[in-house]
Amino acid sequence: MSDNQLLEVIEKYLNGEMTRDERARFEILRNENAEINNKVTEHKHFTGLIKQYGERLELEKRLNAIHNEIDVHALEDELMIQPSFIVRLWRNHHSKISVAASIAIFAVLCTMFFTGYLNNRDGNIVQLRAKIDIIGKKTDQLGKTVKSLNPQHSGALNPGNFRGTGFAISSNGYIVTDNHVIKDADSVYVQSSDGKSYKAKVIYSEPATDIAVLEITDASFKVLGALPYSFKKAETDIGESVFTLGYPRDAMVLGPGFLTASTGFNGTNTDSTAYQVSIPVNFGNSGGPLLDSRGDIIGIINAKQTHVEGAAFAIKSNFLLKAIQNIPADSLKKPINTNTKNVLATLSRVQQIKKLQNFVFMVKVYNQ
Amino acid sequence: MSKESNTGIPTDSEVILGILNNSESVLKRLYLAYFPMVLQLIINNNGDGDDAKDVYQEAIIILYNKVKTGDFELSSKLKTYIYSICRRLWLKRLSQMNRYGGDIKDFQEYLTVDDETEKNNERDIQFNKMGDALKLLGEPCKTIIEDFYINNRSMKEICEDFGYTNADNAKTQKYKCLQRLKKLFFQQK
Repeated sequence: MSDNQLLEVIEKYLNGEMTRDERARFEILRNENAEINNKVTEHKHFTGLIKQYGERLELEKRLNAIHNEIDVHALEDELMIQPSFIVRLWRNHHSKISVAASIAIFAVLCTMFFTGYLNNRDGNIVQLRAKIDIIGKKTDQLGKTVKSLNPQHSGALNPGNFRGTGFAISSNGYIVTDNHVIKDADSVYVQSSDGKSYKAKVIYSEPATDIAVLEITDASFKVLGALPYSFKKAETDIGESVFTLGYPRDAMVLGPGFLTASTGFNGTNTDSTAYQVSIPVNFGNSGGPLLDSRGDIIGIINAKQTHVEGAAFAIKSNFLLKAIQNIPADSLKKPINTNTKNVLATLSRVQQIKKLQNFVFMVKVYNQ
Repeated sequence: MSKESNTGIPTDSEVILGILNNSESVLKRLYLAYFPMVLQLIINNNGDGDDAKDVYQEAIIILYNKVKTGDFELSSKLKTYIYSICRRLWLKRLSQMNRYGGDIKDFQEYLTVDDETEKNNERDIQFNKMGDALKLLGEPCKTIIEDFYINNRSMKEICEDFGYTNADNAKTQKYKCLQRLKKLFFQQK
């Protein structure tokens, strides 16, 4: 029996086209022969698959036919959960809404511009500012009135007609400053860094070197401690880092700089009694001490000649020492003991200034 | 006849009987009755009308096969059953398309029906394999096989259609066709 014929028999058997006898015989054969049995099951399964395929195809066709009768779009519109009214409005008309909004904003701005609304704003601001000015002036007037109501301050508190700087050359109240500071003075006061004023008098002045020596005559003056600095007799070299302390304004101000020339300049001639230094100084600095980095006094600031841009001059310390020796003995009530011991040499600049500040005074000059 | 002419929503038992009897009108009424519900589910969860059609027909086929093979037991309302199958199928598709945001808007009660969609998946694979194998088979084999095994036509009729001189030739041809179809079917992965 060929495979072809076997298949025909199997199909006959499965389709129930066999007679009772044939069927019985085939079932015996099937039971005896495992190979034929397998073929029967296999064929049944496979034809089953083909049938399933056919049925499904058929079903899909029917379903599609039914589906085509449904108006899906209408249903969709009906069943879609609708977003809120505003969202739909925006989705459908957003371009028109945007254009309308831009036109509206433009129109409002134009109206504001042409009606002068924007300009009025500025006017208001100016008026306000003017008002504030008026209020400010009134406050000033009030302040002046209050001041004039107060009694006049004593002369000691008056800042003085002219101001300079001076520094102690001995602990018992002798102070050196520039001659041009105290020239033509009716009365001289000195004020220490802590704000106390003492009456002083000029005991010696040397217009040639612009040096003057004051003596504090005020009864309330107490003897200063030992001077922290000494006076350098030798010349100092160009390039030395130097500094000064002075009173260009009410508070003591440090002026750092360098020694830039070993001679001064006096209008047309070189002046060998002075150094040139690059320290920013004002007139209030006149008479202040010029110290080198070790804390030795090397000169006195002489701001009289600061017409040269960016430069100041200082009288050399050996002229100061000479001037001290030249003081007539009868004008000294106490001996001047210039210090030779320097305690600043090893200190930092900050520490040096702390020690120095008690020995540097503001010189206030009164004249009519 | 009175049942067949009924146009409203068919009762659940009507549907079962109708499927078993291959009733065209019950199928149509069933289809029309629940399609809007499924459409609503799909279009409000990132799908469109075509997605709804695919999912709904797949669900109907699952139901159909279950009823036909006789292992269908209605444990809930048919409506809930169909909704649950569609929901499950749609979730699967959404995650395949990476469009699933982890949240689905529901409109009905539903059951968990993992098992049934899995089984249907196997049937789907076999269906597609058979379709491909038949396409590869080519004419006239395809028509012979379809006529004989699907449309249940006799060898005699087929013999006349194709102009075979005798039935034996036709039978040999059919045998060869079937062997080739088997080969094509099982060769596919």
